[in-house]
Amino acid sequence: MQRKFHSVQPDTFAFSAENYAWAERQLTKYPDGRQASAIIPLLWRAQKQEGWLTRPACEHVADMLGLPHIRAYEVATFYFMFQLQPIGSVAHVQVCGTTCCMICGAEDLVEACRQKIARQPHQLSECGRFSWEEVECLGACANAPMVQIGSDYYEDLSVADLSEILDQFAEGGCPVPGSRRGRYSSEPAGGLTSLSRDGEKPRLAPAVALAVQSASRRREV
Amino acid sequence: MLSDRDRIFTNLYGMHECSLAGARRRGHWDGTADFMAKGRDWIIDQVKKSGLRGRGGAGFPTGLKWSFMPRKSDGRPHYLVVNADESEPGTCKDREIMRHDPHTLIEGCLLAGFAMGSETGYIYIRGEFIRERQLLQRAMDEAYASGLLGRNAAGSGWDFDLYLHHGAGAYICGEETALLESLEGKKGMPRMKPPFPAAIGLWGCPTTVNNVESIAVVPTILRRGASWFADLGSKNSTGTKIFAISGHVNSPCVVEEEMAISLRELIDKHCGGVRGGWNNLKAVIPGGSSVPLLPKRLCDNALMEFGWLSENGSGLGTAAVIVMDQSTDVIKAIWRLSKFYKHESCGQCTPCREGAGWMMRVMERLVQGDADISEIDMLYDVSKQVEGHTICALGDAAAWPIQGLIRHFRDEMEDRIKTGRWNVDRIAA
Repeated sequence: MQRKFHSVQPDTFAFSAENYAWAERQLTKYPDGRQASAIIPLLWRAQKQEGWLTRPACEHVADMLGLPHIRAYEVATFYFMFQLQPIGSVAHVQVCGTTCCMICGAEDLVEACRQKIARQPHQLSECGRFSWEEVECLGACANAPMVQIGSDYYEDLSVADLSEILDQFAEGGCPVPGSRRGRYSSEPAGGLTSLSRDGEKPRLAPAVALAVQSASRRREV
Repeated sequence: MLSDRDRIFTNLYGMHECSLAGARRRGHWDGTADFMAKGRDWIIDQVKKSGLRGRGGAGFPTGLKWSFMPRKSDGRPHYLVVNADESEPGTCKDREIMRHDPHTLIEGCLLAGFAMGSETGYIYIRGEFIRERQLLQRAMDEAYASGLLGRNAAGSGWDFDLYLHHGAGAYICGEETALLESLEGKKGMPRMKPPFPAAIGLWGCPTTVNNVESIAVVPTILRRGASWFADLGSKNSTGTKIFAISGHVNSPCVVEEEMAISLRELIDKHCGGVRGGWNNLKAVIPGGSSVPLLPKRLCDNALMEFGWLSENGSGLGTAAVIVMDQSTDVIKAIWRLSKFYKHESCGQCTPCREGAGWMMRVMERLVQGDADISEIDMLYDVSKQVEGHTICALGDAAAWPIQGLIRHFRDEMEDRIKTGRWNVDRIAA
């Protein structure tokens, strides 16, 4: 798959004060002289700030780490989570299409994205607020089929579920992630077969609770 | 069936408190410093005696791997690196550990780090696991705040720092040397071995890379005793294992079970059986996408252990069980895996870079029956030329599912070519 920078690029990039401070803290995770290690987390932060990864952002990060620009270009084009072109400003839907999800109906989800968002992956919807792509295994196979939107996994989906989620995003809402089949996390849908428990469990599973907490800040890291 | 009292991951579903206090109530972080006081050799010896084999796919004995680390430092630091780049299709077990039972992993890192003379550990988590990363970081912060990490970790006298690092969506970074390259800030392209990471690893220093589950089971092994673990399962596949069952079962799930459980019991007990009943089963991929599939005939007696599965032409891999019922277009299911490997090949070695794409394209035509029967043999031949001729195992992993398909479903492939029709326009959901 050919991955290259988008033809239209902004002139400059700079981290916000908060993100700059965060980036400086990342560098302390690695021994002296090994700061190049922070390149993926920093590029990711830059992408979170801008919405997609621009060429000036790559150059800025390379400069911060004292690396030739080509080192940042290499990393940006190698790793698939880096979006080298603008994505939907509200939601970029990443449909897991690998075998486990495919045999559970992921192709229907892809078709739903084609109908509701845009004919082609990575193409912006007419309103510019949505885009989609098919990605490889996202590692939530026992909750197939599923999609990732932003930081969250929406699992056990039907086409109707996905459609409802997209409508909620379109109306400015933050749909609650997790299973749409009423499962708490990855336990059997039919009820627990192990780890039976007494007493009440927390209302939301930990990952879902985190998502709800940060729902107001959709573009957090 | 394994009883709850023999389960290591008692908060697998996150229904209990994930905090340090909750973890302590479930018995974690109990006597950690006492184990460390018994010395490095004792810990490695216990892990060896437990028979623990790596949970990341290859099944290499964990204790033995640890013993490859230099006894004494030559001035270079030693590193523990935890492979949390869980990306093998079908596999979703480490995710549950990191988001729901993170203290098993953190305590395991301290013990493993100490056992190999490492004062620094890195956990490399896949980039897509953003919530998992936040939850694991929260647990690590809590461990630091309680003195379980950092200087004099857990009161043991050993200093141990643990850092969380993330990737950005590359399956290949689950290969240990590609992971190290990525952790050094480069493209994730595997290194030649030797030298092995235990000699020259992260930043040129002795390094051991272990899977999340391999590390996370260690504290409980030490607490309950190596013989407890070794008595579970079978001779060469000891202990418990987290299985992830996906696909056409009534209730897919992630569950910890005893090693060497029969496939049928696993599916019937925990997943409510195969959709439409056991006789509706067509095939199972028992260990994640890289291992060859098993047709129903073999599934009837399959045991989920290293030995039985490899003797029957497959493998335990990551114990990710992908179940396919009779409605499945099995050729298309394997084609999708070929597409996956083509997408994820790092492009470094020619047989894999070119072969994975070539195999995918032929598979594409085989799905449609638009091929010559002789091409099935040619595909098999080419897959044999990819297998074993690359730096890392991704080439093998791309070849094996196709070889499994040809071995067990050649009739169906030929039939599709002969009838020249592909009457299933998509896999039934």
